[in-house]
Amino acid sequence: MSPVRTFATARRVLTQLRHDPRSIAMVMVVPCVVLGIVAWMFNATPMVIDRFGPMLLAIFPAFVMFLVTSVTMLRERTSGTLERLMTLPLAKADFLVGYALAFALLAAVQAVVLTAWAHWVCGMDVSGSLAGLMAIAVLDAVLGSSLGLAASSVARTEFQAVQMLPVVVVPQLLICGLLMPRDQMPTLLQWLSDAAPFTYALEATGDLAAGRGWADAAPDAAMVAGFVVLSAILGVVTLRRRTP
Amino acid sequence: MGGELATAGPAVRISHLRVKRGRRLVLPDLSLEIPRGQVVGLLGPSGGGKTTLMRGIVGVQIVAGGTVEVLGRPAGAPDLRAKVGYMTQAPSVYADLTVTENLVYFGALLGVAKGRVAEVIDQVGLAGQAGDKIANLSGGQRSRASLAAALLGRPELLVADEPTVGLDPVLRASLWQLFRELAAQGATLLVSSHVMDEATRCDRLVLLHQGRVLADATPAGLLASTGAVSAEEAFLTLERQAPQTGPGQTGGAP
Repeated sequence: MSPVRTFATARRVLTQLRHDPRSIAMVMVVPCVVLGIVAWMFNATPMVIDRFGPMLLAIFPAFVMFLVTSVTMLRERTSGTLERLMTLPLAKADFLVGYALAFALLAAVQAVVLTAWAHWVCGMDVSGSLAGLMAIAVLDAVLGSSLGLAASSVARTEFQAVQMLPVVVVPQLLICGLLMPRDQMPTLLQWLSDAAPFTYALEATGDLAAGRGWADAAPDAAMVAGFVVLSAILGVVTLRRRTP
Repeated sequence: MGGELATAGPAVRISHLRVKRGRRLVLPDLSLEIPRGQVVGLLGPSGGGKTTLMRGIVGVQIVAGGTVEVLGRPAGAPDLRAKVGYMTQAPSVYADLTVTENLVYFGALLGVAKGRVAEVIDQVGLAGQAGDKIANLSGGQRSRASLAAALLGRPELLVADEPTVGLDPVLRASLWQLFRELAAQGATLLVSSHVMDEATRCDRLVLLHQGRVLADATPAGLLASTGAVSAEEAFLTLERQAPQTGPGQTGGAP
């Protein structure tokens, strides 16, 4: 690996984003709009936003960043630039870490904006620390983009890459505890839920929002960080220089 | 420049290369040597295996058998990546970046000096478009930007897949002049085309048909051996003589 090539890649991705301000705006605004709608719907019962707000903070940035990352990697494939890069002296890890750095920056801004919006505009009140919640939201967004990178490395074709969203993200949304408390699910689904990264993302924000503090949230946050590292490794191992 | 790479012998040595794409046997059993310091034209109808062969040489093609050696090393070896330039058929540059931004990035990966970006932009005649986004350029300009990226690292072997497609005659002539200059400086060039009149500009011609080498000769030698007056006619003569791959036959070794 070479830091020069990693940072050159991160800088290139950020330059591409800078040329596309509309997409950046959408990454920032769309989650805020959805959260705003939820807050508005349950305007009469503020406990709803207090309870579901933190959950959306855990899931949204991850969801959006997964999508953004997959689409960007898809473009890298279809434009032939990925094939060019694979013929150049660029380590696969340089490529993926470069991407992860650029998207982590975008993800961080998104998570901070969304948390601030939820608290000061939508009136989400949490018993725990708001800064801690922000930090976890950033971590979850990074999780989303590293899962997106891994998924698009595993995919061999564009069509496979597009389907990674329903394959990787949607089942996790169903079983991570967002729709139904985990202890009410069938045992087999509980096990699957134990293996799903989003579960820990959700639990970490839940702990902090409920005011249980870092001691409770830290193991979950560590699990999320572990999944980030794991999916980065998976991405590097499965990305192929040679294709059919 | 050579490092541990071989400095003698052919630039590319391919023996019994066999490539399948899906269920189709694109290259059944291909052997070929490309001498150094020459401009070698890879000609033949589309679907004949030109791109697959080039992908095999730059080391991004999964192969089913045989060996490809480039500058004395197995194709795709890490130490070859800075020595082999590859220009794909579709322009492989970032459409949402400017010409300069693209080249600065690829240049950073190759570790080239700062002035090199402006140099290659000049070489391909894009000085006037350096600050334009690729998306706003014409097809011919995009493909020249892609060529500029392949030239950045002063490759010892430049593999260019249909570099002159969509270019007007003036630009086409200036690109061929550039290729001749690069070869004069010692580089080896493998340039594919389906335009037969470009054949006369090459030192050597390889005619590829249904994944088989129909001919591997100098332009003059090709005309002499077939009694034809043009490369196109020579190709048609050879194609008629070639054993046809009949239906149901997946094409084993000849």
